[in-house]
Amino acid sequence: MTDLIVFLVLSLVAIASALGMLFSRNTVYSALFLVLNFVVVAVFYLLLGAPFIAMAQITVYAGAIMVLFLFVIMLLGAENLPPSEVLPWQRPLAILLSTILAIESIYLVFARARSDASIISPDASVNTIENLREMAMTLFNQFLLPFEVTSILLLVAMVGAIVLNKREKAG
Amino acid sequence: MDWIQWLEWFLKGAILCVILLGGFAYLTLYERRALARMQVRVGPNRAGPQGVLQPIADAVKLIFKEEFTPARVYKVVFVLAPVLTVVPSLVIAAVVPLGTSFMLFGREIHLYVADLNVGVLYLMSIASIAVYGIVLAGWSSNNKYAMLGGIRSSAQMISYELALGFCFVLAILLGNSMSLNEIVEAQKNMWFVVVQPVGALVFFVVVLAEVNRAPFDMPEAEQELTAGYHSEYSGMKFALFFMAEYQKMIVMSMITATLFFGGYRELWFLKDTLFSVDAVWTIGAWTFNAWFLGPIYLFIKVFLILFVMIWVRATWPRVRYDRLMALGWKIFLPLTLALCFITAVGILLADLYNPLYYWSIPILSIISFLIATIVIYSDLTRRKTNARV
Repeated sequence: MTDLIVFLVLSLVAIASALGMLFSRNTVYSALFLVLNFVVVAVFYLLLGAPFIAMAQITVYAGAIMVLFLFVIMLLGAENLPPSEVLPWQRPLAILLSTILAIESIYLVFARARSDASIISPDASVNTIENLREMAMTLFNQFLLPFEVTSILLLVAMVGAIVLNKREKAG
Repeated sequence: MDWIQWLEWFLKGAILCVILLGGFAYLTLYERRALARMQVRVGPNRAGPQGVLQPIADAVKLIFKEEFTPARVYKVVFVLAPVLTVVPSLVIAAVVPLGTSFMLFGREIHLYVADLNVGVLYLMSIASIAVYGIVLAGWSSNNKYAMLGGIRSSAQMISYELALGFCFVLAILLGNSMSLNEIVEAQKNMWFVVVQPVGALVFFVVVLAEVNRAPFDMPEAEQELTAGYHSEYSGMKFALFFMAEYQKMIVMSMITATLFFGGYRELWFLKDTLFSVDAVWTIGAWTFNAWFLGPIYLFIKVFLILFVMIWVRATWPRVRYDRLMALGWKIFLPLTLALCFITAVGILLADLYNPLYYWSIPILSIISFLIATIVIYSDLTRRKTNARV
């Protein structure tokens, strides 16, 4: 019951912050709304009994990525959006795509709700240290190859960024 | 969940906040007095005996000062930024254990607000959130100096967060847990500073950079940026930034003590004596646990670490900004990565073969530290000869 109330209130905050991100005409405010949204999502993870994912969400998304976003916005001085649209076809396309997404997700929710294996209830024992160990075990045994491939992917992206940034030697 | 549980949480949180706020007030006095002694001055000693009322006088002054909001600031963010700076510096202390536990009215009261099993990650995420207050203060002031100060400081904090994270990993590896309580208990037999002295040293330096203290107080380099991100702030809003900085100093000292210096535990060779936090004291017919030693030990450790921070401020000049970034990325990041590797291998070898391999960790760490020192030194000397040519 308490969980439900917390969930509903948080959902309102999440939706409000997402809308605020979309509609504010100042990109810094948009970025801040997005940070709020990320934090709310982290609290959702906490509600589901997954503290590790919640903390990772805050550290990586709210802490690292959004700070870089803010950096870029501030350094480029791109706080205020131009009053007219730069890409006129973008808005109708976005409305169309998001409608399709909404219909699909509503369909999935209702279709899944009929079958029993739908919603995985969070385990009561999930908030224990074993949870962390189990996660590491699964990650490094069962999913070792995808994990390593991901790390190589990130490394490649990093090297790519450095190469792009490197100034050509004069002459 | 009964209401007594809620009351306990509320009281513990409130007491922790009061400790940090009072600690902030008296840390300013401590710093001013200690700095004055190091500079052969007397320091503030007029308000009350030995100046003990000075923080109260300062607070009264700040409250009555005019609070000026410049005309073209981004109002909402301008007001929000000091709050965003103070709140992380308070909530980060929630997972730090202050002692063991004691019985009160038949309840076992633990001396921590929360014992998260992802405690160390919690520290990481709060530390990464703490950047926002400063960067937003710089931006919302609508002032080039403030903006540059904010961006500098956030760049610095992000860069040093990596090394900070790896130092956390060292403590996690040695303590075999992410809960700060268990990390402290794992130091019962040996403080981690003995096993991983280089890790503790690097952690201390990184903490200085994280809390923007001298010699890494770039955001406040007054000859370059006037007052950095808080140039446009006055009155209590400025006081909030000031408060956040000093609270961060206290909390980071607490974390340093917890991760590497045994937290609330006694010196490891005193563990079976009366000075242990687990000891049972008997005075006459009265027998009780020595739980109250925990907060005292932690206080002593925090006091000493804070003294070193003040000492560093009095001793070293500010590091140049490019050197600061180079130190973070080119020295500390590889060094801490190497330390993680050495520690993990040492623990694995000790588990598999011989416990003596455990001591390869400090030896190899010190060797890698010496290599890092040589790298820094040769880098500096090369620059000098280049400049001469």
